[in-house]
Amino acid sequence: MTNFQQNINKIRADFPILSRKVYGKPLIYLDNAASSQKPSQVIDTISHYYENEHSNIHRGVHHLSAEATKRYEEARKTVQRFIGAEHSHEIIFTKGTTDAINLVANSFGNKFLNEGDEVIVSTLEHHSNIVPWQMICEARGAMLKVIPINEAGELLIDEFKLLLSDKTKIVAVNHVSNALGTINPIKEIITEAKRRDIPVLIDGAQAVPHMKVDVQELDCDFYAFSSHKMFGPTGVGILYGKEKLLNDIPPYQGGGDMIDKVTFEKTTYNDLPHKFEAGTPNIAGGIGLKAAIDYMNEIGVENIAAAERELLDYATQEITQIESVRLIGTAKEEASVLSFLVKDIHPYDIGTILDRLGVAVRTGHHCTEPLMDRFKIPGTVRASFAFYNTKSEIDVFISALKKAISMLS
Amino acid sequence: MTIQSIQEEIVEEFSIFDDWMDKYEHIIESGKELESMSDELKLESNLVKGCQSQVWLHAEMEGTKLVFQADSDAIITKGLVSLMVRTLSGHTPKEILDAELSFVDEIGLKEHLSPTRSNGLVSMIKKIKLYALGFQTKIGS
Ligand SMILES: Cc1ncc(COP(=O)(O)O)c(C=O)c1O
Repeated sequence: MTNFQQNINKIRADFPILSRKVYGKPLIYLDNAASSQKPSQVIDTISHYYENEHSNIHRGVHHLSAEATKRYEEARKTVQRFIGAEHSHEIIFTKGTTDAINLVANSFGNKFLNEGDEVIVSTLEHHSNIVPWQMICEARGAMLKVIPINEAGELLIDEFKLLLSDKTKIVAVNHVSNALGTINPIKEIITEAKRRDIPVLIDGAQAVPHMKVDVQELDCDFYAFSSHKMFGPTGVGILYGKEKLLNDIPPYQGGGDMIDKVTFEKTTYNDLPHKFEAGTPNIAGGIGLKAAIDYMNEIGVENIAAAERELLDYATQEITQIESVRLIGTAKEEASVLSFLVKDIHPYDIGTILDRLGVAVRTGHHCTEPLMDRFKIPGTVRASFAFYNTKSEIDVFISALKKAISMLS
Repeated sequence: MTIQSIQEEIVEEFSIFDDWMDKYEHIIESGKELESMSDELKLESNLVKGCQSQVWLHAEMEGTKLVFQADSDAIITKGLVSLMVRTLSGHTPKEILDAELSFVDEIGLKEHLSPTRSNGLVSMIKKIKLYALGFQTKIGS
């Protein structure tokens, strides 16, 4: 038994919500891909901040403001180290992944996209890595191109290579698919794009919570992710961007903090990262995110990945014993997500019965309608794991699923 | 039977189950018993969109009564839809407009009427009331 498993009760005790009940049954939370739960270390940090340290940042002469500014900027440095960025000013705080992608789509798009240009995304994308690109393409007269997938839910890299051309201005793909769990070969994608000097944005919302990410090693130009999926508070996200590119593209929103000098004739903009952070930010959120990263580091990202691998393997082995279950997405490389259908039973029905048995899963299209269309299905049932889940929880999930199937057949 | 007495009948029917599972079994059965809507009626204009499951609703006047047919792609939703149709179909627009739907709450399935479930039920009830209002206005004028 690994050290990790021996400590699982201690780890679970860090997450107060895991001991609550729903409908009188112990909560089994398998909806981590939608949002993960928060350890006391994060919750307490946020309360402590509001009780003792709160004030506005980057603008005060007084002690509290200086202290809060320091805490917020420390959080930025923690993120920088966590994802291996070269500079802390390459870390832009946003509201979330969606906000980060919108920032790039608008700012990069307005500067570099012209009539006839192309943006490449993939069939596996979350709506938040499709719609912002669609909107800017429409505004600029550019076109969206889509990397197809195979039946297992893996990107067809040869097809991707064929899509690349002189018209391609940016490639935007996810690191890990939220609907299927596929881990995409982003290193290869980035290398191919780089050959033609095409920048690449990676949507890492489902990767950072589960595996070691090093943006310099990947050599991606942008990398976006959300705090709330990695045990931190909601309302905070990160956009990593290479310094040069961030300097090249215009500000996204105007307001306080992002300016250098304002006159009615002309305004000049602040340096990175502030150029992209207009207005008072989510200070408590940033500080809470730091606590979440500290927590992940303490447990060890490798340990997290290994524990989740074991959970996914076990769940896959158990669920495939149920004859009527059809797994959607069977990629060789997968992370923490089990997406499936049972016969012709609607996912909503299964989700409803599982819910009554205390098991929280997600059902529906998972904000990936084009992907569901590709498989000609209305949606799936998705169980997604975090390191604090256990094999015995998976046992409860499997027996609840069997009960649901027998009720609904 | 009045809408109110049908509701009472349904509540009575469910009162013999004290276990949630039996209640769900009963709803699932009601769903299976509800005749599926013909494909010609499953028009885009009859679709009540829920994010999770979809409901189709068709309304027609028969004499002075408003008659509904409905269907859903999810069986639990379809079961609830069938109870809704059983309660409201075959009444005058005015009766439908005045009806207070209390049975879902009384049989302990209130959560399915929560808009956050987005199963199409809430929108279906709204649409039923809108139909009733439409026909009522027509009759009135
Ligand atoms: C792959 C992926 N991208 C983007 C998002 C959007 O993240 P957020 O809602 O935190 O902005 C999600 C969240 O569901 C996701 O799974």
